[in-house]
Amino acid sequence: MNMLEIKNLHVSVDGKEILKGIDLDIRAGEVHAIMGPNGSGKSTLSYVLSGREGYEVTEGSIRFKGRDLTELNVDERAAAGIFLAFQYPIEIPGVTTMTFLKTALNAQRKARGEAELDAVRFLKLVREKAKPLNVPDEMLKRALNVGFSGGEKKRAEILQMALLEPALAVLDETDSGLDIDALKTVAAGVNALRNPERAMLVITHYQRLLDYIVPDAVHVLSGGRIVKTGGRELAHELEKTGYAAYDADAA
Amino acid sequence: MAAVRETVKTVGEVEKYKYGFTTDIESDKAPLGLTEETVRFISAKKSEPGWLLEWRLAAFRRWLTMEEPKWAKVSYPPIDFQDAYYYAAPKQSVKLNSLDEVDPKLLETYKKLGIPLTEQKMLAGVAVDAVFDSVSVVTTFKEKLREVGVIFCPMSEAVRDHPELVQKYLGSVVPTSDNFYATLNSAVFSEGSFVYIPEGVRCPMELSTYFRINEKQTGQFERTLIIAEKGSYVSYLEGCTAPQRDENQLHAAVVELVTLDDAEIKYSTVQNWYPGDEDGKGGIYNFVTKRGDCRGANSKISWTQVETGSAITWKYPSCILRGDNSRGEFYSIAISNGRQQVDSGTKMIHLGRNTSSRIVSKGISAGRSSNTYRGLVSVHRKAENVRNFTQCDSLLIGDRCSAHTVPYIETKNPGAVLEHEATTSKISDDQMFYCRQRGIGEEEAVALIVNGFCRDVLQQLPMEFAVEAQKLVGISLEGSVG
Repeated sequence: MNMLEIKNLHVSVDGKEILKGIDLDIRAGEVHAIMGPNGSGKSTLSYVLSGREGYEVTEGSIRFKGRDLTELNVDERAAAGIFLAFQYPIEIPGVTTMTFLKTALNAQRKARGEAELDAVRFLKLVREKAKPLNVPDEMLKRALNVGFSGGEKKRAEILQMALLEPALAVLDETDSGLDIDALKTVAAGVNALRNPERAMLVITHYQRLLDYIVPDAVHVLSGGRIVKTGGRELAHELEKTGYAAYDADAA
Repeated sequence: MAAVRETVKTVGEVEKYKYGFTTDIESDKAPLGLTEETVRFISAKKSEPGWLLEWRLAAFRRWLTMEEPKWAKVSYPPIDFQDAYYYAAPKQSVKLNSLDEVDPKLLETYKKLGIPLTEQKMLAGVAVDAVFDSVSVVTTFKEKLREVGVIFCPMSEAVRDHPELVQKYLGSVVPTSDNFYATLNSAVFSEGSFVYIPEGVRCPMELSTYFRINEKQTGQFERTLIIAEKGSYVSYLEGCTAPQRDENQLHAAVVELVTLDDAEIKYSTVQNWYPGDEDGKGGIYNFVTKRGDCRGANSKISWTQVETGSAITWKYPSCILRGDNSRGEFYSIAISNGRQQVDSGTKMIHLGRNTSSRIVSKGISAGRSSNTYRGLVSVHRKAENVRNFTQCDSLLIGDRCSAHTVPYIETKNPGAVLEHEATTSKISDDQMFYCRQRGIGEEEAVALIVNGFCRDVLQQLPMEFAVEAQKLVGISLEGSVG
């Protein structure tokens, strides 16, 4: 069964149609990449999957594990297993990373009817997940994303993903603002989370990220539609030709 | 942050104002209204010495000539001072010797309030003086404190047992003529706590008072006096609640703090008086005068307050920095929701040399409330090397509330270094989306973000009260989103 089934999805923001009929199926265990030029609707797709207000589904459907996703609000979707790694992670002043992680994890556990983790078990779990991502205790004590470098922000995002163990992870431009070393660390973190039960949707402008997170399928998004789908070689092709050809198609 | 999670749980379990119950206890009241006779009645009830009666009467006569202050950014219908009771005491025929003799209904009330009053809970290490309407019911831990020479007792007891200290310090920080409400308090105050820390003593435990207004139509006028002798230290906490009633109730307290050389007082308040309903009906009018006098050199007074309740808050805990090198601090969280009106802040009066002060104010407005920070930093001509740092942050939730910052800065000494920083922000849609994408529900996300916003101040509270305060933050903002 498909984990995610998007059929003829049309989405408007402030009355302006951004996505104009998307069809996309992702099965558990697969990693799909969405590539496309700026303004093609990549981020809109990530927001509509996570249920952000202001992104209106005007036509079509999104089903996640067989459920109609549009019936769930943002936090219900999160608890159901949808995770969005933000392109620009948001600062939460005064709230330590540790506190935020604990609040989020326990909120999700509670929503799923599971027992909350106590402080000791939680701390052990966080440290275990933080280590391979190079996230030291000192960083966990700082307010979330406040004064974090680009690399720290993205590592914190992947740490959240590792901790929350989503069924579907949407990675929005995770490579932006990272130098090559940081990119490798983050990609290794993501790859460690690949497993047969988990699907990923990797949104990126450049193919560079896909050298490290190797996708099962690549889709080209342009003008609000998926204009081409192929294997990982499609990413390399795009690197050579650019998006110009697809822009013309969309126009 | 377990507290935040608990907050949401608590919100689900309790009604809006969980302290809104009343206790059915017979009480002994003064006649309705305020005349010289009322003042004499109160003084007689407490078997006070002649000097104190005269002191009260002088204040009362002064009060008759005064007018209510109108400068604060709050509005309310005129208060009929003759339509209130100025003294109400739970009826107890005999003097109590131990906790076992206290009316079980009273103890039940305190239990509901979560006050650690039972013997068992006393082991938790908090000494409590509980004020119910106008009289102090029981003071725990007295013996242990007495061993180190600390006096912690109801004001009426201090008048009886330590008249020389009371006479020396009462009204020495907030004079009877100070302002309308302080003068009213001087005339009719009926209880409050008295604390005396002898020279060189570090008070071995947190001292704590809980105030509760139970009786209908009663005002509460407590008077607290804390004296820290040379080189001593005390941390004091007061908590306040009141039953949910349709009419407004008046609370006009006076708190006076005195620190002598090298002494320090840390005074924390968690105020959760009934704020009135969503339409602004009922609630406490909180007109309070709190002032500390750093009388000695190198002394320090620190006010920390978490204000979540009251229909109207009019309150400016202040420091007079008289002693050289003395230091004043004010840390405040003021949350307003519904139709609450808050006009609160501080005054730092720098008189001595090398005095310093720090003000950190966090105002959070939600609903249709109005939240004003009003503060004064004043530097005397002879006060050399003064430093002040002020930070006023306002957070708005929704689009029907307001936040105002009114800082007054007066300096007569050109060497003073005064810094003022102010910010106003809203909880952004981005922040809410981010938290909710991680599975945190809407109200919990608000509580989390607001607790983060208040963190600098919450950290100033004693540990056990910080947890309590975090919960309160969440509860008071219930219904502020969506």
